[in-house]
Amino acid sequence: MGEKKTVRLKVKRQEGPKAKPYWEAFDIPYRPYMNVIICLKEIQKNPRTFDGRKTSPVAWESSCLEEVCGICTMVINGKARQACSALVDPLGEEITIEPMRKFPVVRDLVVDRAVLFENLKKVRAWVSIDGTHAIGPGPRVNPEQQQKDYVLSTCFSCGCCLDVCPQVGEGTGFMGAMTISQVRLFNDHPLGKMNAGERLEALMGPGGIEDCGNSQNCVKACPKNIPLVTSIAEVNRQITKKIFGFLGK
Amino acid sequence: MVVVGGGLAGLMAAIRLAEGGHQVDLLSMVPCKRSHSVCAQGGINASVNTKGEGDSPRIHFEETLLGGDFLANQTMVMEMCENAPNFIYMLDRMGVQFNRTAEGLIDFRRFGGTRFHRTAFAGATTGQQILYALDEQVRRWEVEGRVRRFEGWEFLSALIDEGGVGRGVVAMDLHNFEIRAFRADAVIFATGGPGMIYGRSTNSMICTGSAAGALFRQGVWYANGEFIQVHPTAIAGEDKNRLISEAVRGEGGRLWTYKDGKRWYFLEEWYPKYGNLVPRDIASRAIFKVCRELKLGVEGQDVVYLDISHVDKKLLHERLSGILEIYEKFMNEDPTKVPMRVFPSVHYSMGGIYIDQKHMTNVPGLLAAGECDYQYHGANRLGANSLLSCIQGGQAAAKRAQEYVQGLEKGAESLGAKFFEDQIRKEEAANDEILRRHGKENPYQLWEEMGRIMTDNVTVVRYNSKLEEADRVLQELTRRLKDASITDGSKWTNQALVFTRQLENMLELARVITLGALRRDESRGAHYKPDFPNRDDANWLKTTVARYTPKGPELSYEAVDTSLIQPRERKY
Repeated sequence: MGEKKTVRLKVKRQEGPKAKPYWEAFDIPYRPYMNVIICLKEIQKNPRTFDGRKTSPVAWESSCLEEVCGICTMVINGKARQACSALVDPLGEEITIEPMRKFPVVRDLVVDRAVLFENLKKVRAWVSIDGTHAIGPGPRVNPEQQQKDYVLSTCFSCGCCLDVCPQVGEGTGFMGAMTISQVRLFNDHPLGKMNAGERLEALMGPGGIEDCGNSQNCVKACPKNIPLVTSIAEVNRQITKKIFGFLGK
Repeated sequence: MVVVGGGLAGLMAAIRLAEGGHQVDLLSMVPCKRSHSVCAQGGINASVNTKGEGDSPRIHFEETLLGGDFLANQTMVMEMCENAPNFIYMLDRMGVQFNRTAEGLIDFRRFGGTRFHRTAFAGATTGQQILYALDEQVRRWEVEGRVRRFEGWEFLSALIDEGGVGRGVVAMDLHNFEIRAFRADAVIFATGGPGMIYGRSTNSMICTGSAAGALFRQGVWYANGEFIQVHPTAIAGEDKNRLISEAVRGEGGRLWTYKDGKRWYFLEEWYPKYGNLVPRDIASRAIFKVCRELKLGVEGQDVVYLDISHVDKKLLHERLSGILEIYEKFMNEDPTKVPMRVFPSVHYSMGGIYIDQKHMTNVPGLLAAGECDYQYHGANRLGANSLLSCIQGGQAAAKRAQEYVQGLEKGAESLGAKFFEDQIRKEEAANDEILRRHGKENPYQLWEEMGRIMTDNVTVVRYNSKLEEADRVLQELTRRLKDASITDGSKWTNQALVFTRQLENMLELARVITLGALRRDESRGAHYKPDFPNRDDANWLKTTVARYTPKGPELSYEAVDTSLIQPRERKY
């Protein structure tokens, strides 16, 4: 059978934002269908390294465990992904786990991704409704358009697309593919469209679309299969049109 | 104003308060976009009647009441059902990607406990989509300077002054452990459900019920705790049970197992009128009967099949892809080709923080809304009513909070700084006390034990002897927690310390749930005792109200609002 008795988890640890990172290894009893979350939970219950040394429990975040909240994103065997949907079987007998690479480490596997939400503010990623009071139905939407926009709307701000982007972390403040794709989503919406211009303007400044180096890593890293490269191309087209003064006429 | 909780109800409350011109501090333990509302899959109910079926808010109201076995507050449910169509339109204008009909209208599908197409949906991630829309609107208010968000802050306790009036909250930054007092004239709690009390449930890891438990220990009442919904179809897992939405059955999915070598569609046979779409309590009891009593689970296990493989693939992709992907990712099988293996799982709490008809708790100045309140679902919630009750509750609580602060004689500003500083010091001392524990227990192991005892004894089938046993174990666990060591002395992102505090509150709430179930000698909605198999309106058409005492929860009973329709026999 070649049965695995234990799984070895090598975790990159760091006690605080300024502390020096170090590695610790843990052995976890194997069982079928186990994922990386189950391994990390085992460490919580019994925080001892593979050689029996007592240690502090590893800090990590999780919530939905269904790959819809995005909080448990970490780098597993070199790839940024959600720990909940990372089943152990295909990962091999030794699994390395690190915090995401483009965000400040808080502790161990916990990183601070507040910048993702700040970027959404910069590009005004919302529909400017008149208010929440009862003013009747919204606009009709072609079902084909809904199917297309729904996919864009499943972005859960995990940050994988930033983690793999060579342009992020170069000091330009590049907002990354997810932010640009959200601009596409809101510029597509029948009401959101009305503020398309200001969203595009936000992407024309520093950290905007110019910083994209077209490596196309983002689209391969997206766990939700969002067509990020198409989004970037589409928003680029809108910006070009705007520059030439066609938009809004 | 302070809002605690950044899920659907909390965000809705924050938006309404900001629209009303108030300054809002919004506290959430995770970034709001990662709240548990993302897990709601199937949809949100509203009787818009665009399919010519003759549906109406009145029928929605009656079916919600019947679904909840008449324990819900009739006045509040009526208001919710009447508001529902306008909520859907509001969400639509915010950009929620609802599925569309050929004409471009919002589409509706079927759900449990009704025969109408009443459920609006955005693929199979409706909760996520609605949460995002509200989160975006709050972001807009943040930019306007009306809302300050505190994400990554854990609620610790309410500030209640000598006169018994709520004046704000004390919360802790989960990274640097700074403890801060947030003064407020009114606080809305929208802190979600307590699924983690059961160890494994369909809930997110953040759904500890800890905030409700902490409030309870401070004297806020808790109502109908014993009514815990067990959802019929989930994938059992070691880390959590993953929900497979009722929408699967709404789109034609069928439950079956083998009997005498042939496929047996037990729900269709037992309930010919509603078939696979009977309410959740009934479906879960049926699956328990099949697996535990008749021993007819798949391969003799606690498993039945949920089959959607006969439905058109394009329709499945357009309307259910989110759920089917979850199944495929975690089970490594394609549910469009083979039936899914499912079993019931703890899913939702109908009970919650005690509120009046306008969402005020028994402590003036403290309000509650969303899953953490108790008024809308009675003894069993209908599918796709949870998102609706979050929107309804959030806006109703915001309305009440604004009326309340207008009539307030003196605001939180009038209290001296000492009051707030004392509370902060008390919470710091509580942290230090946990850090000093050096016993032999591990809090995560104690949590597992609690989950096991609750799941085995306080779910679908309940016996008084086992409930008594569960309560005894819960008290034992509370004692053992005092002897727990967390092997981490740091005050920087010390998750075990936070979890230990949460576990203390969870254990208290677990007792409220268990004792409520023990006392209620009847069967109603999700609460089923084989020794008392019938509903008993003469004695038990009542709301359970639990109050904290140092010796344990004390229960009393209150009349239920039956002002609009008389309770009738519940038959499907």
